[in-house]
Amino acid sequence: MSIAPDHDTRVRPAAPREEDYLWTLNFGPQHPATHTTLRLVLKLEGERVVDAMPEMGYLHSGFEKIGEHLTFNQYVTVTDRMNYISPMANNVAWHHAVETLLGIDLTPRCKVIRTIVAELARISDHLLCNGAVGLDTGAFTFFLYGFYQREVIYDIFETLCGARFTNSYTRVGGVSHDFTPLVIEKIRTFLRTFPKTLDDMERLLTRNRIFVDRTKGVGVLTKEQAINGGASGPVARASGVTRDLRKDEPYLAYADYDFQICCAAAGDCYARYLVRMQEMRESLKILNQAIENIPAGEVNVGADQRVARPTKEQVYSTIEGTISHFELSMSNRSFEVPYEESYAAIEAPNGELGFYVVGDGDDTAYRARCRPPSVLHFSLFPQLIRGHTLSDVVAVLGSLNIIAAELDR
Amino acid sequence: MTTDQSSTADLLETLVARFPGLETSAYRGQTRVVVGEPASFEVLSFLAAAGFDLLVDVTCVDYLEYRGATRRYGLVYLLASTATPRRLTVRVFVDDPEPAVRSVVGVWRSADWLEREVWDMFGIRFVGHPDLRRLMMPEQFTAHPLRKDYPLQGRGERHNFPVLTREDG
Repeated sequence: MSIAPDHDTRVRPAAPREEDYLWTLNFGPQHPATHTTLRLVLKLEGERVVDAMPEMGYLHSGFEKIGEHLTFNQYVTVTDRMNYISPMANNVAWHHAVETLLGIDLTPRCKVIRTIVAELARISDHLLCNGAVGLDTGAFTFFLYGFYQREVIYDIFETLCGARFTNSYTRVGGVSHDFTPLVIEKIRTFLRTFPKTLDDMERLLTRNRIFVDRTKGVGVLTKEQAINGGASGPVARASGVTRDLRKDEPYLAYADYDFQICCAAAGDCYARYLVRMQEMRESLKILNQAIENIPAGEVNVGADQRVARPTKEQVYSTIEGTISHFELSMSNRSFEVPYEESYAAIEAPNGELGFYVVGDGDDTAYRARCRPPSVLHFSLFPQLIRGHTLSDVVAVLGSLNIIAAELDR
Repeated sequence: MTTDQSSTADLLETLVARFPGLETSAYRGQTRVVVGEPASFEVLSFLAAAGFDLLVDVTCVDYLEYRGATRRYGLVYLLASTATPRRLTVRVFVDDPEPAVRSVVGVWRSADWLEREVWDMFGIRFVGHPDLRRLMMPEQFTAHPLRKDYPLQGRGERHNFPVLTREDG
């Protein structure tokens, strides 16, 4: 059975024309389908988009400037607010970069715990992204299925660290709260129940005629465009770029797990949807392996390294703990940070999320550059939408998963 | 960061032989090359042809208050390859009063918005950029906020926005 008719007839070559009858439409900055605060100036010929000019900056809050004034541990609260769809992944990315600069080797337990929370963040991000694509193309039920499972992940994070949304979970050299048996039990329950929902979601939408018609052949990004335009993550992988930092530059505990990189060749909105759906299944594989093999031992690096705050017991019973606690508590003494700079990135749900951190001796970064995947994806938008209709704008925008808070920082 | 060390070393040798005077260094397994501003475009194009098909990021560091720094702005080009997992950082230093460098938009399209952001935040001109407008700050903004001599809380721009009333609109 052929699911989709020949969609190529819908795409006309885009000729930039300046005729008077072209209609200019302001899409955003406040529009329900942009989901966040961003603006598109669309040039329309009837219903067809001739050109699009993306505008950003409406949510710019100077995160990078703030990063030069907050300590490494304080700044994690700001990273929560970058891609607020998956704050845990941002936390992990930020402290991964800081620890690369400082040369801190995490404990095995911490590596696995961070892997688990990062993968949970990936699932919740993909649920919302695909849910929003469904929502924008008329599949509201699908969105609710996804959002219900996001609530379960929020509950896990709340049990873990007290915060549902802005977790601020990681710390230099460790995490704020160790896993408790209750957290592990909740994750296990999630891993048991979620595959059924995922099956339901696939049955709802993957072969849904309306959805396939709305997304297949729409917003095609070729492999060359993806590489040249700096796309990363599911957007690049849906165009056939087999790049995944979890495999290419294994960080945390990813080298220990058996999982696949999900790729597609078509590069359209439907392929991006499929890649995200499949990535959730791969994340489940990682989670299943990780949750049953959490190493015992300390979660934070030792008190002798003087980066992670020691436990109360260490403070009162060991000299290293006392000294470390004093050093970390006094504002004029803290980490020893080299006069060096380094870049480290993780495979965030949205793509390569990296931080370029410059150290200048104290525990505040001299420069904290965030490499946001959304910016590069948003800059690809005009290429993807030219020749399509106005109703395809929301499908393309949704499938790129543009988060304005990460876009503008 | 794991990279293919041997091929990177080979590449660096070729690079240094071809462009004399390059400084290379490494930190935490990340290889860095410092390029003089006049040769930056040639070196980056050469690297793009040598397999670094992905421009991960273009950013900048203002070394105004940095200990021992002699040059003011250090541009950072983070290159990567989609074929083999390897990375290279290219640094280009420029100075006041007219910091400028040649744009690489013709080599990697991803440089378009990244260079606009650097222009917006640091005021470094990218010569040959097709559309060098501010990316985030409003068009009428005059300062470059990520420079170290720009204060954290701004210079009052936010409190002195022209207020547009309903009658004016």
